[in-house]
Amino acid sequence: MAKRVLVKGNEAICMGALAAGCKFYFGYPITPQNDIPEYMSAHMPEVGGTFIQAESEVASINMLLGAAATGARAMTSSSSPGISLKQEGISYLCGSEVPGVVVNMSRSGPGLGGIHPSQGDYFQSTRGGGHGDYRVLVLAPSTAQENYDLTMLAFDLADKYRNPVMILGDALIGNIKEPVELKPYRRKIKPKDWALTGAHRRPRRIVKSLFLADGELTDHNWRLYKKYQRMAKETRFENYRADDAKLVLVAFGSVGRILKTSVDMLREKGLAVGLLRPITVYPFPHQAVQEAAERTGHLMVVELNTGQMVEDVRLAVEGRAPVDFYGRPPGSIPTPNELAKEVAKVWRKRGLQ
Amino acid sequence: MYFDVIFAGFGGQGVMLMGNMLSVAGMHAGKQITYMPVYGVEMRGGTANCTVVVSDRPVGSPVVHEPVCAVVMNRPSAEKFAPRVLKKGMVLVNASLVDPKYVKARTKKVIYVPCLELATEVGNPRLGNMIMLGALCQASGVLDVEQVVKALPKALDQRYHKMIPINTEALRRGGRFVAEL
Amino acid sequence: MSPQKKTTVKMKKVFDRPKSMTKKPYHYCPGCHHGVIHRMLAEQIDAYGLKGKTIGVASVGCSVLLYDYFDTDVVEAPHGRAPAVATGAKRAQPENFVFTYQGDGDLAAIGTAEIIHAANRGEKITVIFVNNAVFGMTGGQMAPTTLVGQVTTTSPQGRQVATAGPPIRVAEMLATLDGAAYVARVAVNNIKNYKVAEKALKRAIDFQLDGVGFAFVEFLSSCPTNWKMTPQEANARVANEMIAQFPLGVYKDILAAA
Ligand SMILES: Cc1ncc(C[n+]2csc(CCOP(=O)(O)OP(=O)(O)O)c2C)c(N)n1
Ligand code: SF4
Repeated sequence: MAKRVLVKGNEAICMGALAAGCKFYFGYPITPQNDIPEYMSAHMPEVGGTFIQAESEVASINMLLGAAATGARAMTSSSSPGISLKQEGISYLCGSEVPGVVVNMSRSGPGLGGIHPSQGDYFQSTRGGGHGDYRVLVLAPSTAQENYDLTMLAFDLADKYRNPVMILGDALIGNIKEPVELKPYRRKIKPKDWALTGAHRRPRRIVKSLFLADGELTDHNWRLYKKYQRMAKETRFENYRADDAKLVLVAFGSVGRILKTSVDMLREKGLAVGLLRPITVYPFPHQAVQEAAERTGHLMVVELNTGQMVEDVRLAVEGRAPVDFYGRPPGSIPTPNELAKEVAKVWRKRGLQ
Repeated sequence: MYFDVIFAGFGGQGVMLMGNMLSVAGMHAGKQITYMPVYGVEMRGGTANCTVVVSDRPVGSPVVHEPVCAVVMNRPSAEKFAPRVLKKGMVLVNASLVDPKYVKARTKKVIYVPCLELATEVGNPRLGNMIMLGALCQASGVLDVEQVVKALPKALDQRYHKMIPINTEALRRGGRFVAEL
Repeated sequence: MSPQKKTTVKMKKVFDRPKSMTKKPYHYCPGCHHGVIHRMLAEQIDAYGLKGKTIGVASVGCSVLLYDYFDTDVVEAPHGRAPAVATGAKRAQPENFVFTYQGDGDLAAIGTAEIIHAANRGEKITVIFVNNAVFGMTGGQMAPTTLVGQVTTTSPQGRQVATAGPPIRVAEMLATLDGAAYVARVAVNNIKNYKVAEKALKRAIDFQLDGVGFAFVEFLSSCPTNWKMTPQEANARVANEMIAQFPLGVYKDILAAA
C-alpha cells in the first residue's frame, strides 16, 4: 500500500501537484490557502522547480500563462478575492488554449467578507467567471485524499483539453487534516505539439486569443464550444446510498461530506435518503440528477450559500420534479444533526414514508 | 466507534500538538481521523483550539458544536467549551490553572488533572499537554495510552526525538493518574 | 511655565484618548507599532480639528480594522487599491482630509500601480505607509520589503536576491516622481524618532490641507509576532537592520526645495 500520511488539505494539493510533475508554482498569500505557497516555497526547490511569490494574483496567473505556454505543468492558487483578480488571466488561458491548474480555496464574500468556509463562488467557477464565452473544468474535492487525487487528475485534464482546470475547495477543505494515501502518479505526460520551445527546425508556433480575420473568431468559438461539449465525458459524481433512496440530496464539497453523516443518521431512523455529490461541478452531472429526479419525484439541494448550484439542479430536472433547497450563508458550518433535521422537514413536507 | 474532542487553551500550551498526536496515533491504529485547527485571524488573542474526530467510519463533519469531550487547559477555554459538552460526554480540566467554579458543564463527568504538578513530577513542567493526553486516553478509552506512545516517533518532528522517553513517561503518568482516581 | 507644570500638562496629554479615537481596545499584538502610529495620526486629526472633516481609507492588512479605532468616516478599499479609492473620495470631497493607511504587502506588492499613479497625478491625499517587512495579517509571508536573508513563511531559506530581488525602497522610488510633493521615511522605535515622525506627519497633513499635493510618509514598523521576536528584540531589529536598509529622512519636499 502507498504511504499514508496525516496532512492538511492544502498540503495534499501540493503533494498531488508535485507528484504529477508540476514544476512551476506562482502565488500570492491569502487566507485560508497560505499553506499552499508556504509548502511550495519549501518544497519546489527540492524538485528543481520554481516558486515565485508574485506581487499580486494578477501577476501570478499571468506567470502561469507564460510557463504553461512553454508546455510546463504549472499551478497557481488563491482564495475568493484573489480568484476574482485572476479572472482576466483565466479568460486568456481559455482563449489561447493554455492548460494550467488554478486552486480556489474559497472563503466568504462578497468583498473582503471573511475567512469562513463558503460555497459562494459556485457561479463564478462554473460560469467561466471572466469575460467571453468559455468554460473551465471545475473539480470539487471533499476530503484531503480527494485533494491529492483530483489535483493529479486536474493536470491531466488540463493537458488533455488545453484548458485551465479549477479546483474548488473552501476553508474547511483546505484546513482539515486527514490521512492521505500518497498514491504514485503513473501516467505518462505526452509531449505538447503546440508549446513554445523556440522555433528550432520547425515552423514557429503562436499562442494567442486575438482573432481578427473574417470569420476566424466565430470558428474559434465554435471549436471551443465543441471542446466544452467533449468535456462532458469527464463528469464525475459520488452516489452515496442514493440508489434506493426516496429523497435524493445534492450537495458538493465540504457540505457534501457533512451530509453523508446526516444521511447515515436518517437511514438509521428509517428515512430512505441518499446523496448525489458532484465531483465535477463543471461539467455538471445533469444526467445523474435527472435520473434521480425521475426515479424519486423530488430532490433537495444543500449549499453553503443562499442558492447557486440549485439552479443547475433545476435546469437538469427541467421542471419535472420539485427541488427543495436549504442554504447556509457564511458564518457557521452546519452540523450533521442540523442538516438531518432540515432534510427530515422536507421528508415530512413531501409526505414521504 | 465514534469519538470527538475539542482541545483548547493558550497558544503556548501545546493544544494543537495534543490534537495532532491523537490524530497520528489514531491513524496508525487504523481509525478514520479528522483534525481541524482554528486558523487565520481567529488565532489572534492567544487562544488556540482544534477538534479531532476518531471513528470507525468515514468522518462527515470535522467540526463539532457539541462535542463528546472537551479538554480545557485554561479558564477562557473552560468557560467557552465545558458547557457545550454533551450530557453523556466528559470534560477534562487542567486543574493547575482552572478553578472548578469556572467549569459549568451539563455532564457530571468532569475530571480535574493537575497537569503542571504531574509534569513537574515527571521532570519537565512543560509537558502538561502530554499528561493531559494520557489522561484523556485513559478516561475515554478512545485509544490506548500505549498506542499514542507507539506513534510518538511519527508524531514528533525528528528534532524532538530525544524527547520521546520523557514524553512517554508523561503520557503514562497522565493515564495512571486517571486509572487511580 | 515651571518645568514641573510643563510635565503635568504633557502627562495629561499622553494619557488622554484622542477625540478622534473610539474606546475600543486594539486587537494588535503586544509591541506592534500599528497602535502607536494610529494614535499619532489620531492626535493630529484632533490637533487640526479634522475629526468631522476626514475620510480615512482602510487597506487590507492587520490595520483593516482601523475603522474600529478611528471615530471618523472610513471606507474600506480592496487589497492594494486604497490610493485609487482615495483619489475618488478626494476628488468628490475636496474639502475633506483624505488619508490612506497601508501595509507593505498592500502598497508595495499588489498595490504598486495604484500608489505610483496616485503620486504621479499629484493627488492631494496623505498616505501613511507602514513597512514591517512582512505580510502580517496572513501569517508572516515575504513582502517586497523583506530584508535580504530574512526568514519568513514563504522564504524559509531566507530572502534570496537571486529569486526574490532585493527589498524595495518605496520612499526613494516615489520621490523620483515629479508628481509627488512630499515623501519621508520615519520610525517610531524610540522617542527621538517618534518626534521626527510626528513632524513629518504634520507636514504631510499640511501639504494636503494647503492644496500642495501628494504627501507620503513611510513608517518603519515592527511585527513581533511574525518576526518571532519579543517587542524589545523587534524594536532592536528596526533600529539595527531596518533603518540600515531603509534610511530615515525626507526624500522630497517641494516647498523646502523652492
Ligand atoms: C486580492 C487579495 N489578495 C490577498 C489578500 C490577503 N491579504 C490580506 S492582508 C494581506 C497582506 C497584509 O500585509 P501588509 O499589507 O504588509 O499589512 P500588515 O498586515 O503587515 O499590517 C494579504 C495578502 C486579500 N485580502 N485580497
Ligand atoms: S501580526 Fe504583526 S502587524 Fe499584525 S498586529 Fe501582530 S504584530 Fe502587528
